[in-house]
Amino acid sequence: MSPSDNFEAAASSADAKVASFDDHEKGLVGRFHHALHTTPALVPLIVLLAAVVIFGALLGSKFFSPFALTLILQQVQIVGIVAAAQSLVILTAGIDLSVGAIAVISSVVMGQFTFRYGMPVEISILCGLAFGTAIGYVNGWLVAVMKLPPFIVTLGMWQIVLAANFLYSANETIRSQEIEDNAPLLQLLGAKVNIGGAVFTLGVIFLICLVLVLAYVLRHTAWGRHVYAVGDDPEAAELSGVDVRKTLISVYALAGLICAFAGWALIGRIGSVSPTSGQLLNIESITAVVIGGISLFGGRGSILGTFFGALIVGVFTLGLRLLGADAQWTFLLIGALIIAAVAVDQWIRKVAA
Amino acid sequence: MKRLLTSSALALTALAGTASADEVAACLITKTDTNPFFVKMREGAEAKAAELGVSLSSYAGKVDGDHETQVAAIETCIAGGAKGILLTASDTSSIVPAVEQAREAGLLVIALDTPLEPIDAADMTFATDNFLAGELIGQWAAAALGDEAANARIAMLDLAVSQPTVGVLRDQGFLQGFGIDLGDPNKWGDETDPRIVGNDITAGNEEGGRKAMENLLAKDPTINVVYTINEPAAAGAYEALKDIGRENDVLIVSVDGGCPGVDNVKDGVIGATSQQYPLLMASKGIEAIAAWAKDGTKPQATDGKDFFDTGVSLVTDNPVDGVDSIDTAKGTELCWG
Repeated sequence: MSPSDNFEAAASSADAKVASFDDHEKGLVGRFHHALHTTPALVPLIVLLAAVVIFGALLGSKFFSPFALTLILQQVQIVGIVAAAQSLVILTAGIDLSVGAIAVISSVVMGQFTFRYGMPVEISILCGLAFGTAIGYVNGWLVAVMKLPPFIVTLGMWQIVLAANFLYSANETIRSQEIEDNAPLLQLLGAKVNIGGAVFTLGVIFLICLVLVLAYVLRHTAWGRHVYAVGDDPEAAELSGVDVRKTLISVYALAGLICAFAGWALIGRIGSVSPTSGQLLNIESITAVVIGGISLFGGRGSILGTFFGALIVGVFTLGLRLLGADAQWTFLLIGALIIAAVAVDQWIRKVAA
Repeated sequence: MKRLLTSSALALTALAGTASADEVAACLITKTDTNPFFVKMREGAEAKAAELGVSLSSYAGKVDGDHETQVAAIETCIAGGAKGILLTASDTSSIVPAVEQAREAGLLVIALDTPLEPIDAADMTFATDNFLAGELIGQWAAAALGDEAANARIAMLDLAVSQPTVGVLRDQGFLQGFGIDLGDPNKWGDETDPRIVGNDITAGNEEGGRKAMENLLAKDPTINVVYTINEPAAAGAYEALKDIGRENDVLIVSVDGGCPGVDNVKDGVIGATSQQYPLLMASKGIEAIAAWAKDGTKPQATDGKDFFDTGVSLVTDNPVDGVDSIDTAKGTELCWG
């Protein structure tokens, strides 16, 4: 055996540090930059806390009460649930414009199956959930197998689902009182838990659990890492053995299912089944996702950020209303926040600096 | 190919020509074809058109606020040789040039439900007196409260920040009826009466109604009178009140008179609502177009108003002195949607 073939010896004498990045002393800004880069939910969390503190200082106990703070959670629950679905899709570098329409048609299916066809309410709810999942599956199939751009697919699906919703329901509302008398299960997610002045609805608890579960799944399971990989670079993911098609279809289908749950929560929140609600959910969910620091280019961001993003919008809306500001100011500020969020995102992306 | 196109174009013109020669053609253009209000309007127009032998084409925007589709519909009606157009405009001022074009082409244009800006841009407006609709529920609420009206805590649940005319008229009518000094009667939110807790917007649906009510309750939990722009918003506000256990000691008033709304009055969710009559607007509109086609007479405005008032009734099961009302049984008979 020649000395040059003595790999073991060569290996043991080699530098143990294989490949590492030089960690320059970057000072405070640099370290902050690094922290933001590794923890994308940090920016929205800081903004959220700052907003709560500022509105709390301006409004005092009116805002800083368990009632008002949990009211914000109740007001953002629907957008929050839909935004969780939107986050999954955007992490794969896609976008889903049909989320709101899926939520509404699912709620209409749950209501009409119960009241028009007299089906047991449990079955109707399952049908509604299955319906939402099916629409999501079709979206995913068109994106993954037919290779159509997600924007186009979901733009079309949005129109189709919304029109189908109006045609099927004849735009008739099922009143809260009828639901309460005949099918109270439809309003389940509106049921309240009161903890010392703080009011949580089951819908809010569902939202929080959903966010925590998704955060865990995205970080610690193979499927979750595949979602990030597909969003970051689908070709590289394919080459490393990820089934891109299957991952994409599962993401869109899961998004559809989550939206259907949002539709159920919507019945709980407004009491009635109303085909005209949820018209702006797609835009509001994208707003929450963007403010929450998820990159629209895919592969980066966290679901916790989305949750904080939705809460920021809720805090601004209620805070400004309590201050007596014209509702238009809320939209103006949210608009500014969206642009600021993307600017911060671009700054964080400059890793090499 | 070119010849084919020309001949089919000729055939189309001939078709349109014969249609307008044989019978009077009319168009109905609504904001959407999904809102039960407009569905009822179309039913009214279709029934009257069949009765008078008028051929009716219906058009609608895709969503409320879809202006372009309405302009295209007006152009289609002019090209199709219609004698008149019934229009509920999504954008009341931007639609005016298209309406002028139609009138120059000899069509009678009647605005239904929503007046144009200016109102005389259309030949006539057939509409609910929305100010009166608001005034009725305002008077009713004040009378129902009695002496307590002086200490009322009022929440105003309006339509949208853009302050569309309909919303302003109902809001200001309510305040006047309740006995509150109006600031500028052309906008809401500038009143200084301390009894008003605040204004918020609902987009006219349940979700918006609930959120707006929650916001105002966070501002002042002692609210005891709630004005709502329409009945879905009222249903949403009721949910928010039910949540804090105040659904029985707050007076909710509304405007519209849709069937679910009247049911809610019957169930005590809404105290009183002002009912309007879309079917009547449409059938009167078709009659006017038939008269115009026959001998060129134009419809006349109601005395003392700059539009034709199709009427409004207060629906409540708790009538008060000095305000005429009908009960929910009668209201259910007359309701739409």
